[in-house]
Amino acid sequence: MTDDVILQVKDLKAYFKLDEGLLKAVDGVSFDLRKGETLGIVGESGSGKSVTNLAIMRLIPSPPGRIAGGEVMFMGKDILTLDDEEVRKIRGNKISMIFQDPMTCLNPFMRISTQMIETIILHQGLDKVAAKVKAIEMLKLAGIPAPEKRIDQYPHQFSGGMRQRVMIAMALSCEPEILIADEPTTALDVTIQAQILELIKELSSRLGTAVILITHSLGVVAGMCDAICVMYAGRIVERGSADEIFSDPKHPYTQGLIKSVPRLDRTNTQRLYSIPGQPPNVINLPDCCPFFPRCERAMDVCKTKYPKIAELGPKRNVACWLYGEGK
Amino acid sequence: MSRFIVRRVLSIIPTLLVIVTLSFFLIRLAPGGPFSREKKLPPEIMANIMHKYHMDEPMLSQYFRYVGDVLQFDLGPSFRYKDHSVNDLIGTAFPVSIMLGTMALALAVLLGTSVGIVSALKQNKWQDYAAMSVAVLGISIPLFVIGPILMLVFALKLKWLPTSGWISSRAGWMTVILPAITLMMPYFAYIARMSRGSIIEVLRSDYVRTARAKGLKESVVIRKHVLKGAMLPVVSYLGPAFSGIITGSVVVEQIFVVPGIGRIFVQSALNRDYTVIMGEVIVYSIILIVANFVVDILYGLLDPRISYN
Repeated sequence: MTDDVILQVKDLKAYFKLDEGLLKAVDGVSFDLRKGETLGIVGESGSGKSVTNLAIMRLIPSPPGRIAGGEVMFMGKDILTLDDEEVRKIRGNKISMIFQDPMTCLNPFMRISTQMIETIILHQGLDKVAAKVKAIEMLKLAGIPAPEKRIDQYPHQFSGGMRQRVMIAMALSCEPEILIADEPTTALDVTIQAQILELIKELSSRLGTAVILITHSLGVVAGMCDAICVMYAGRIVERGSADEIFSDPKHPYTQGLIKSVPRLDRTNTQRLYSIPGQPPNVINLPDCCPFFPRCERAMDVCKTKYPKIAELGPKRNVACWLYGEGK
Repeated sequence: MSRFIVRRVLSIIPTLLVIVTLSFFLIRLAPGGPFSREKKLPPEIMANIMHKYHMDEPMLSQYFRYVGDVLQFDLGPSFRYKDHSVNDLIGTAFPVSIMLGTMALALAVLLGTSVGIVSALKQNKWQDYAAMSVAVLGISIPLFVIGPILMLVFALKLKWLPTSGWISSRAGWMTVILPAITLMMPYFAYIARMSRGSIIEVLRSDYVRTARAKGLKESVVIRKHVLKGAMLPVVSYLGPAFSGIITGSVVVEQIFVVPGIGRIFVQSALNRDYTVIMGEVIVYSIILIVANFVVDILYGLLDPRISYN
């Protein structure tokens, strides 16, 4: 573990016990995050991106969910073994989160000021007045006009984009080491999306905050991320730097994803590529490569065993039988 | 806000006028009348009586006379309880029912929300199952069963409480306890189930997840972020519940011999005591309208998304 790694996730597993069976939402995910780095986690709906990050924060609703194994090393400690008190000192303070739908993520019954101040008082020990000054300053940084006035309003008086700015201001108010942004722009319209991403990029680099950006949009990660993990059916199938993933995707799934991004330089006569088939149901998944039914290059071995992870270089690996020993 | 209040208060007048008009004619459409007897009275005596109560006039002039009296807060004489005006009857009996109802509802809210909170936080544990079983019993067992059982246990067997009577009797305030508890049961049960469901829903909401992600203690999350939103359905239920609990006290008043309005109401309907029925309808309507009005204002104070401008 090098010095600048601040978060190291090892073999993280999060299972949900449902009536239909055991849902392995996250099944052995490992990655690490360096100081100030922006890591993208890409995958389809239900691939386990969000659960991975809720597990890091120990926020999986339990029951039915539970963390079934693994380690989350942060500042020399395993978050998964800390007691509740210590975890609360990390949440919102060292690691904070923003979510997909800003319309429902702020408490509609509380003023923005109350919601922001409670976090600042809790983690920074400021008094009410100082906390409010800090909150106004954060709102200003997040690009909210007239923050002194807006701070005393209620969430319903803000537009979607403005609410996401409030969420960002609130998440960054304690200057966390890590910001987890779970599909922060999915619920917003396209012009606002770009602004919000730009804001996350600018503020995180100013505060030296590392970002984990969860998204299903390759376009979003392309412009934002240093490193990328591609998730499929609860596991990371490929990881590498943004350049490597885009210029030389290894896993057939990643290749499919990139092929299915619409491009301006292609004529309209071609039909847009899409990966055949449906994402797998991860309940009671057999121990094979979950992608093989949709894979154009599937081999016999794919149907019987989950691929070994092939190390292709430093911070570059892929879980596919086409590479490494399995070749 | 003040414009909203003025508008709502003014709207009471036409509402009441419609209610008065409809009930005035509906009652008179029903067969029989206040002076129908098994044995017919001699026609000249009957004519005298009819004349005394202006019932020999055409229906419309009776109606206008009645509305005129009501506008002067005079609900007229009772046709059956001689020497009693409707104002007297309602004036003595109604406060008793309101007091009983208010106490029962206060108990129901207090106990119902507490049980709901405990149930929601201990969802699917034994505390939850126990509380919800009690709630199902409270909703499904009728008052005329609960009342006598409570009376049997606490008044006759244990002799802790008096069987019947009201505050003016020798037992004083002790008389209130059993009727209030009996009357509370269905409301308590309903509020408990409603607040449990609503808290569970809020606990799963995105903004509660945000509150947890901020590192707040679970107790703070529940106190500051969950309860307010979860209590809104309970508040909006209070309006109909308040008027319902006063109207619904008829059975309880019979069981515990409470001198409330319920008994008069039933008697007046059977007797076709037109003026008493009308008086009760008017008072109940006012209670219902005012209760809903107060709830609307409370709701506006609790939920910032609602604006009255």
